[in-house]
Amino acid sequence: MKWLLVLIIIVCNTTGDLLNAFGMRQHGHVRDFHPSAVRRLLYSLVRNRYVIGGLVAMTVAFFALLSLLSIAELSFSIPATAGSYLFETVLAKLLLKEDVHWQRWLGACLVAGGVALLSLP
Amino acid sequence: MQHTTSSFFVRGLTLAVIAFNVSGNYFLDVGMRSVGQILSLSPLDYLKVFANASILLGVTLQAFWLISQLSLLSWADLTYVLPVTSVSYILATILGAVFLKEHVSGAHWGGVSLIVLGVMIVGRTRPRTAPGDHDEAP
Repeated sequence: MKWLLVLIIIVCNTTGDLLNAFGMRQHGHVRDFHPSAVRRLLYSLVRNRYVIGGLVAMTVAFFALLSLLSIAELSFSIPATAGSYLFETVLAKLLLKEDVHWQRWLGACLVAGGVALLSLP
Repeated sequence: MQHTTSSFFVRGLTLAVIAFNVSGNYFLDVGMRSVGQILSLSPLDYLKVFANASILLGVTLQAFWLISQLSLLSWADLTYVLPVTSVSYILATILGAVFLKEHVSGAHWGGVSLIVLGVMIVGRTRPRTAPGDHDEAP
């Protein structure tokens, strides 16, 4: 059960981030943060199927993490989240066609390692 | 000029994402400590925690975090946003140590150092490399 929840968290986090990134790339730059502009942005986002899909996936990941935390230690649960950094880097290169050169690979590995260390008891 | 404006927005939004994430998590943590453990299958028990001012503030800040994170993704690659905004892990560790008196071990400070290094390396790359970039939202 524990590993099934880890798998759900990684898959949903990754799917959510990829869909949000793709949806926001389609949306275009967000420059204005006045209340009326934020209202227009929210209205536009609820009609963006990629962003909606991303938010649904992130919600599933959030509740799966809550369930995982109820049956496993924090020191087990958080490294699972750190693992998704590397997974997302691979998929961003393949699906979003991002130029992931060696600095980004090194950065992602260092951050994933750092988050794993932070989760130690 | 265009590059300077983009750079200004990306840095500003990155700071906003980090600030909203850290402050939101901090207030949720403070709120949950005062509410206590919740082990229930009833959604009502979870909704009751919204009566707590710290939790309400934390949730509001998390909503601002989501808007700023999505806005940042409109300017920068996912492989840039994820490592750079992980600075929030460092600030959360420092806030926990200073204000919530949590124990921070040597391994934790090692983790903080690795994240700082990773963020410095990724922060030096160009935020947007992916094709199909739009200049302005409709």
